[in-house]
Amino acid sequence: MLIAASLLYLVSAVLFILALRGLSSPETAQAGNRYGMAGMAIAIVTTLVAQETLTGIDLGFGRLALIVGGIAIGGGIGYVIAKRIQMTELPQLVAAFHSLVGLAAVCVAAAAFYSPASYRIGEVGDIHIGSLIEMSLGVAIGAITFTGSLVAFAKLQGLVSGKPLVFPMQHPLNAGLGALLVLLIILLCVSQSQAVFWLIVVVALALGFLLILPIGGADMPVVVSMLNSYSGWAAAGIGFTLQNPLLIITGSLVGASGAILSYIMCKGMNRSIFNVILGGFGGDAAAAGPGGPAIDRSFKAGSADDAAFIMKNAAKVIVVPGYGMAVAQAQHALREMGDLLKKEGVEVKYAIHPVAGRMPGHMNVLLAEANVPYDEVFELDEINRDFGQADVAYVIGANDVTNPAAKTDPTSPIYGMPILDVEKAKTVLFIKRSMGAGYAGVENELFFRPNTMMLLGDAKKMTEEIVKALSGGGH
Amino acid sequence: MDPKEHAQSAADLATQAQSLADKAADLAQQATSLAVHADAAGGVPFIVTGLTIFVLACFVGYYVVWKVTPALHSPLMAVTNAVSSVIIVGALIATGASESGFSVGLGFLAVILASVNIFGGFLVTQRMLSMYKKKAPAGAAKK
Repeated sequence: MLIAASLLYLVSAVLFILALRGLSSPETAQAGNRYGMAGMAIAIVTTLVAQETLTGIDLGFGRLALIVGGIAIGGGIGYVIAKRIQMTELPQLVAAFHSLVGLAAVCVAAAAFYSPASYRIGEVGDIHIGSLIEMSLGVAIGAITFTGSLVAFAKLQGLVSGKPLVFPMQHPLNAGLGALLVLLIILLCVSQSQAVFWLIVVVALALGFLLILPIGGADMPVVVSMLNSYSGWAAAGIGFTLQNPLLIITGSLVGASGAILSYIMCKGMNRSIFNVILGGFGGDAAAAGPGGPAIDRSFKAGSADDAAFIMKNAAKVIVVPGYGMAVAQAQHALREMGDLLKKEGVEVKYAIHPVAGRMPGHMNVLLAEANVPYDEVFELDEINRDFGQADVAYVIGANDVTNPAAKTDPTSPIYGMPILDVEKAKTVLFIKRSMGAGYAGVENELFFRPNTMMLLGDAKKMTEEIVKALSGGGH
Repeated sequence: MDPKEHAQSAADLATQAQSLADKAADLAQQATSLAVHADAAGGVPFIVTGLTIFVLACFVGYYVVWKVTPALHSPLMAVTNAVSSVIIVGALIATGASESGFSVGLGFLAVILASVNIFGGFLVTQRMLSMYKKKAPAGAAKK
């Protein structure tokens, strides 16, 4: 029985790997997701059926009812949330889900601490040292994930300001809390004290809160990926405690995945992960911003009709969406505009910067939601050379990722960041609510170029007006 | 006679002590050999096995995730999120097999939290993935 259970856990681990493997292409992704569901079902059923063999304790009817009830309650909530959520709210949803994994890890570790015998890791007050270390690591990472994700959620949802909140002594305080955490873990191993266990939880909760607080809104892609990674490591830590290979495998898969995404996001901004974690980016940069803000520099403003006229007579249009498109919910209007242009014989493509939006791949999902075929959507490396042959670059809700200063101005805070070369297009149509600076607080040189036309207004309204002009003037 | 007897008993005691020491040494040897056997029979501490699994799984994760197309990074996050809720295995054991009521309660809470994530995570991934479509063959000029 034990062997059967272990083998079934192996099957479920393999299914999880296949679930991630499926995501290498949109064609195999849905099958992959089903593998993931199957893996999870196998893991749950195996644990329930084999409980007596795994723990030596028979699963009574009452407990089984409790478990089924718990799954029903949680599953129901999850189902409703997943069905109702708007695609633009995805980043906050993912952050919220991460916090749940973190809290669940804390609960499981605490349950193991209070009844170690059911996990065969010792007796109350006499838990094996190895298990205690793993347990405390799991609980600490879980607690950090929990509060960190809550803060990320609040920032993404707009409950607190997306601006980085910096206060004096921040880094020494965090370092102190980190050191305290290590001391407490050692103390727990020596004393097996319940008070110390809860102190670890409290300190880790505080640390998670303080770590994410100073990080600004546009750095959220990194934060969300990082927390994704943490939730994996927490699961792996609990796996060590429970001596369960499935949890270890799955935890490391998720941990690796989150770490890679964080790396990709950091590279997309040309910043080190430490620079992001230390936070404070984009707060006061505007004041110290180089180049001297030249508010009264002249720029060319245009109307929706102008934009419609230019695009209709173009052969090739590249759309560059950014977070502003998500905020304005402009993706549907954008797709409509693309359809009309295609009817006029214009080639339309979409260019996505790795850090556009508030989570990795955010723009791709929104465009997919608006029925933009995924083979018209390209990544930075794939499309950057095309701007030279494009007649129009239609920048909607993006700013810093198009700023040529990243290539030319070594004093700029965004210097070295890979950008989309929109300035190489014959005409740049730049939709923006106002002439203000972008997230990084840097003036965008591009606004004042002779081949740039600023379309000042809400991204959705402006695009809708262009759609109207295109369909009205075309016939 | 007395001193002689004393000497005799002292000598006896010495030999007895000697044999006891020998026995103790034998026992120690047996114990070590037993321990060695235990190790050979799969008694390797779990931390070593676990670490092996952990490191290998990290490598698998590394190579699999780099293969994921950037367009699907959002579904990747959602699905890893759902998958990391496999922690529910620990919660099920806590709920089903704990002797302490407190642990059962914590386990129950963890079952609920993880279930929200499992159902929510997989469903939202499903929703996202179902939106990714290729150019419609019936739509605008495909060829």
